[in-house]
Amino acid sequence: MYSEKVIDHFTNPRNVGEIADANGVGEVGNAKCGDIMRIYLKIDDNGIITDVKFKTFGCGAAIATSSIATEMIKGKSVSEALTLTNKAVIEALDGLPPVKVHCSVLAEEAVKSAIADYYTRRGEEVPPEAIICDGCCDSCDSCSTHAE
Amino acid sequence: MKRFVYADNAATTKVLPEVRDVMMPFFDEVYGNPSSAYSKGTEAASPLMQARETIASLLGAKTTEIFFTASGSEADNWAIKGAAQANAKKGRHIISSKFEHHAVLHALESLERDGFEVTYVDVNKNGVIDPADVEKAIRPDTTLIAIMMANNEIGTIQPIKEIAAIGKAHGVTVFTDAVQAVGNMPVNVKELGVDMLSLSGHKIHAPKGIGVLYIRTGTRCRTLIDGGGQERGRRGGTENVAFAVALAKALEIATARLSDMARVKAMRDRLMNTLLDKIPYAHVNGDTDRRLAGNLNMTFECVEGESLLMWLDASGICASTGSACNSASLEPSHVLLSIGVPVEHAHGSLRFSLSHENTEEDVDHIIQTLPVIVQRLRDMSPLYNSTMARVKE
Ligand SMILES: Cc1ncc(COP(=O)(O)O)c(C=O)c1O
Repeated sequence: MYSEKVIDHFTNPRNVGEIADANGVGEVGNAKCGDIMRIYLKIDDNGIITDVKFKTFGCGAAIATSSIATEMIKGKSVSEALTLTNKAVIEALDGLPPVKVHCSVLAEEAVKSAIADYYTRRGEEVPPEAIICDGCCDSCDSCSTHAE
Repeated sequence: MKRFVYADNAATTKVLPEVRDVMMPFFDEVYGNPSSAYSKGTEAASPLMQARETIASLLGAKTTEIFFTASGSEADNWAIKGAAQANAKKGRHIISSKFEHHAVLHALESLERDGFEVTYVDVNKNGVIDPADVEKAIRPDTTLIAIMMANNEIGTIQPIKEIAAIGKAHGVTVFTDAVQAVGNMPVNVKELGVDMLSLSGHKIHAPKGIGVLYIRTGTRCRTLIDGGGQERGRRGGTENVAFAVALAKALEIATARLSDMARVKAMRDRLMNTLLDKIPYAHVNGDTDRRLAGNLNMTFECVEGESLLMWLDASGICASTGSACNSASLEPSHVLLSIGVPVEHAHGSLRFSLSHENTEEDVDHIIQTLPVIVQRLRDMSPLYNSTMARVKE
């Protein structure tokens, strides 16, 4: 049911862990829904994501989407990272089964929520692209705007 | 070669060589239609009859009370819909439980859409139904009680004998889904006193796609599959002689091996105790005594079941989970929720179901593999530290 890419990122997840001096941390999902993703960002003075780590509780797809999302934004600018979509995450993994699409949505939202935290910590206004709902991923209408 | 451990025998079992061998002639040698009058037909009719006799005698039933079906699900549907419809003039109320198999629950839902009413009695936190709750639920219009004999996810054994006595006292038909029980514990319909009982071939080392419904003589139950008069006019469809013969053989072997169930139980207990010992924040779901010998259902906090299964699969181990992430519906196991397991714990559940085919080496392999997997997933789980700190307080 999973692509080789998904299995690879599940069995060898990239960037697992925490960043002690992170300046942006985001967490989405909840244990009741069966998945939680937490992303740590280290962003330098030029707005470049120099380091990123994640911790995820969830199924194989949740772990794989977290892993690939961290790879996709590492070394990128904050504004580039904000353009990450769940669709791009799915494509990078060579596809996800339909019931697992919500995991890619969580990965996109985890990145956005960490970036929103970065702006908040700096006392700056959170850009609209970084605002997400923070509930159970598929419990609100906003998710219907994402790719299936 | 990588070790392979099949520990999901509650999902299905492999066909035993002895079972395969008895059924092979029925594909291209004894292939006649048992209803045909010529000798090619009668040569198939008599093994079918023998299979029915064997199954009847092993279950304590009469030959005329054994009906072959195409699955356990069909037997469940037939019993429930057939008895409900046959008694509809008398009443339209049914009693069942919250943790039945979906073949039962969805058959009941279908009846509810047709105006029947169902009371789902509670299951206690150990996964056992109190017969007193069943009796309390009986109304003047109750016609059927449908309670499983052993649960498929947590293996807990229900007091069917007591429930059957209650049904009898109140003139209510009692059906039990014994798909998980048969072959794993003694099952005798006369001793149990039930009116109907279902079983399925593929849970006891016979092929997938054959089941049996026992219908006690005198029980009102309408036909589900109308057809050409097979099964004494009560279940249409040319008989699957090969699978019927296989099922009889498998039941014979399973019954003979019941005396060896203590070995399966000892393996299960060693697996359970070692995992509890090695893995902190682990729980067993469901009663540990009133339970099928091969069943173990555990929760490992802070990790999710599907990711456990994927890692186990990578290590050659087959098991199953009640996590929502493993189901198309994205709902966690209704069985675990029915016994009060928190949703978070249901997501982290894992079921091992051992059979006679498993060995101590299989258990060793699981014991060596699983603690490492749980730790690896916990190390990347955002729940792990905060939860552990909370527990330590
Ligand atoms: C308790 C129970 N009832 C019914 C069934 C359905 O049997 P079958 O797969 O033969 O339709 C199963 C197995 O999946 C089961 O475990």
